[in-house]
Amino acid sequence: MRTDPIVNIRESLIFERSTPGKTAYSLPPLDVPAADPRSALEPALLRDEIDDFPEVSEFDIVRHFTRLSTWNYHIDIGMYPLGSCTMKYNPKLNEKLWRIPGISACHPLQDDSLAQGNLQIQFELQQILREITGMAGVSLQPAAGAHGELTGILMARAYHNSRNQRRKFVLIPDSAHGTNPASAAIAGYQVRSIPSNADGRVDFDKFREALHDDVACLMLTNPNTLGIFERRIREIADLLHEKDALLYMDGANFNALMGYTRPGEMGVDVMHLNLHKTFSTPHGGGGPGAGPVAVSRRLEPFLPVPLAAKKQDGTYCLDFNRPQSIGRVRAFMGNFGMHARALGYILSCGGAGLKEISETAVLNANYLRHRLQGLLDLPYRQDSFHEVVFSDKLQTKKGVKTLDLAKRLMDFGFHPPTIYFPLIVPGALMIEPTESEGLQELDAFVEAMQSILREAEENPEIVVTAPHTTKLRRLDETRAARQTVLRWRRAPEQDKTPREAARAGD
Amino acid sequence: MFRYLSLTEQEKQRMLQAMGRGSTDELFAAIPENIRLKRNLDIPGPLSETEVLRFFKELAARNFHADDNAYFLGAGAYHHFVPVVIDALISRAEFFTAYTPYQPEVAQGTLQSIFEFQTLICQLTGLDVANASLYDGSTALAEALLMAERTRGRRHFVLSSLVHPQYRAVVSTYTRNMEWKIDLLARTSQGLTHLDAAASLMTDSTAALVVQYPNFLGGIEDLSRAAALARRHGAMLVVAVAEPIALGLLQSPGALGADICVGEAQALGIPLSYGGPYAGFFSTRDDLKRHMPGRIVGQTVDADGQRGFVLTLATREQHIRREKATSNICTNEGLCALMSSIFMCTLGKDGMKELAKQNFSKAHYAADQLERRGNKIVYGRRFFNEFVVTAGAPVARINARLAAEGIVGGYDLSRDYPEMANQMLVCVTEQNTRQEIDRFVQILSAAETAA
Repeated sequence: MRTDPIVNIRESLIFERSTPGKTAYSLPPLDVPAADPRSALEPALLRDEIDDFPEVSEFDIVRHFTRLSTWNYHIDIGMYPLGSCTMKYNPKLNEKLWRIPGISACHPLQDDSLAQGNLQIQFELQQILREITGMAGVSLQPAAGAHGELTGILMARAYHNSRNQRRKFVLIPDSAHGTNPASAAIAGYQVRSIPSNADGRVDFDKFREALHDDVACLMLTNPNTLGIFERRIREIADLLHEKDALLYMDGANFNALMGYTRPGEMGVDVMHLNLHKTFSTPHGGGGPGAGPVAVSRRLEPFLPVPLAAKKQDGTYCLDFNRPQSIGRVRAFMGNFGMHARALGYILSCGGAGLKEISETAVLNANYLRHRLQGLLDLPYRQDSFHEVVFSDKLQTKKGVKTLDLAKRLMDFGFHPPTIYFPLIVPGALMIEPTESEGLQELDAFVEAMQSILREAEENPEIVVTAPHTTKLRRLDETRAARQTVLRWRRAPEQDKTPREAARAGD
Repeated sequence: MFRYLSLTEQEKQRMLQAMGRGSTDELFAAIPENIRLKRNLDIPGPLSETEVLRFFKELAARNFHADDNAYFLGAGAYHHFVPVVIDALISRAEFFTAYTPYQPEVAQGTLQSIFEFQTLICQLTGLDVANASLYDGSTALAEALLMAERTRGRRHFVLSSLVHPQYRAVVSTYTRNMEWKIDLLARTSQGLTHLDAAASLMTDSTAALVVQYPNFLGGIEDLSRAAALARRHGAMLVVAVAEPIALGLLQSPGALGADICVGEAQALGIPLSYGGPYAGFFSTRDDLKRHMPGRIVGQTVDADGQRGFVLTLATREQHIRREKATSNICTNEGLCALMSSIFMCTLGKDGMKELAKQNFSKAHYAADQLERRGNKIVYGRRFFNEFVVTAGAPVARINARLAAEGIVGGYDLSRDYPEMANQMLVCVTEQNTRQEIDRFVQILSAAETAA
């Protein structure tokens, strides 16, 4: 099975389309007397025009961005099995409910009495996320997963500060996502890496050795980035608590667990959820996401302000009266558009639906594992949850690497999996099908992988030079980093083609 | 079977059989008994589409919103014209259901549009390089300060008290555990940052001087003077912009000497959205590009020499550098950045100028009318589209009166500046008609006279 190449119409940069005198906007005529800025401001403060800003028509814009869009792979066209990214279907209903003007055209600072509907959305989502996680309190303010991590670690810091303890270290397994150590570092901690054991789980003995009175918390992803459940998490939590240290759970992989178990029961003190993973809000080509944090009772006083609250009289308000709060991590209330969509999704699913989602996500991942093991090396053989991690060990003998397999998948109409992560698996291929894919899609993916792996044996050249059907072939990333061109500038000579300009590196 | 799922019971059985498993429960065997949830999640639903939409429409009916109501409220979020093409284009699944462009061969649409966004932000702010966006204006400012500390190796900051209070709050949360010293600059009687005070506070240990442009009270700061002060001490000038429409009229921060310009892109085509999602922008000088936080797209060529775009300078980032990264950011605000790109292209050179002029004219008209009727414009006319007016009564009370007429009044400054009792920060944009402005003025001046 091989897909036909899609239509690839060439398109220049919008700046190269610009023609002086063209315009795409319309404004009503000014209905008050025109004021002269020079009456209020000295001339040095005024600018005549924004140099090189595009001058294009409305249809130029529509053509331009529509053409660009056709060069993107996206979840609506095919399977996007990026491990730990949970590329599931983004229901159209959620886009529609967000666009109700009474929801999306509200100002963040309008009085609570004029925003009761939106405050209720936030309050109800907080309550529901408490139920799903089994945690005591939730803040919706963080704008993304890594932002939630930072928020959580700052709360851990505030907790120890409130007990007059200045702890220095955060423990992080070597399989963790890179945001974990980066977030801990921004909060002012030193990071101690904990190795994984032969099972792909945190090495329990190494963890015990590293745990001392100067440890603030452990950041654990569960299921971890190998798709394996950290089954000793409760013991880990108890040991941390004996030292008055905390357990942070990275909830990036929460899609595996809904309705089966809850971080509250695991002994987790603080965690974040990615609404753009588990709760179906669209990834938008790299955001916006949302990374709510959930906390245990002992960390609740430190949640960011404000929280959405329900008053005795049944009305809703923003609660700023939280004296031990770490403060704000973002202006206003966070990515409210994602909160509304996530609530719409959860209500569409209901409690039983969420559990079926996790059940199906785990079943799909295990099915792919079953069909592909033997063809690809499986470095860790413990039970997989929502994702499975293979390596390119069997293929490298023929000179075919993970990157090549990934690029060749594009020619078969699939987005590649996450590659070269987690770092503890050399040549990793991390596959997460999510619950959205049906059996036909899963089988088609398996067939594509089988064909590619056969090619790797018989005709490796076609694999190592892939992709062959995309708009562009492999891109020179080294050149991009060395001869940096990070913006368009008007070329001194106008007669160069874009291709020549690119070659010249200007 | 639930509508977002694609496996029938029979298919599930067939898959389990192929795997030699009896039930899906076996797949969850690694979860110890003592932490299992032994009841159903207590969550309403499942609801049908009709029910979900009905629920949200009922909630919407309990909000004031900018499609139906007149707004004179800005303070960091602005009600502006949003061209229809924006939603039409960003509603293409190719844009909104794609992931971060890690695989450039199948993400050139996202990558090229980000490259264009970076260019537009450079042009707007007058600086050399920009990143692919950050969460919002407040977090972008925090990242700017972290970058100043990194590149200068200094931990003293001089911050204007007229930087948005919520931006300052975020900076304070981010930096509380660092051994930084942040001095706050008072304001002058003209509603501008007290730069004379900055001169005495700044030393050769100062990393950056930080101002907002226009400032939180609407005043337009003297950036050239601020830049000269910063230069004298080898410090950076960091400029925050919460209302980028002003840059259609005002000289760019880069041209006036800013080293880093950060801001909030919301005014550029992103709906008010009750506070988010928005997009933070970040631009700086070329020599500082390798210190920038966040994703950056660069131009390159493919194996055939065709121009293409990739995520670049990744060695700054968390997935490579882990705890040594320049920032922990991973997800940015791609789709919102795209919205603002389409906005800037739609307005173009002429539109940005015209839009800025309309804002300026309408806000100055409102100020003139208020003054004629006896309200005091506290800091004169050195503003763009926001200004401070005396209200004659507590602002909350006046806003309740305005709400009764379907109008959302201005920002109550006593929330952040206790000495500013009875002072309202009024925002007037191109969206406010003359009729709305006149009605607003009438209600506000009646309150002033009554007092």
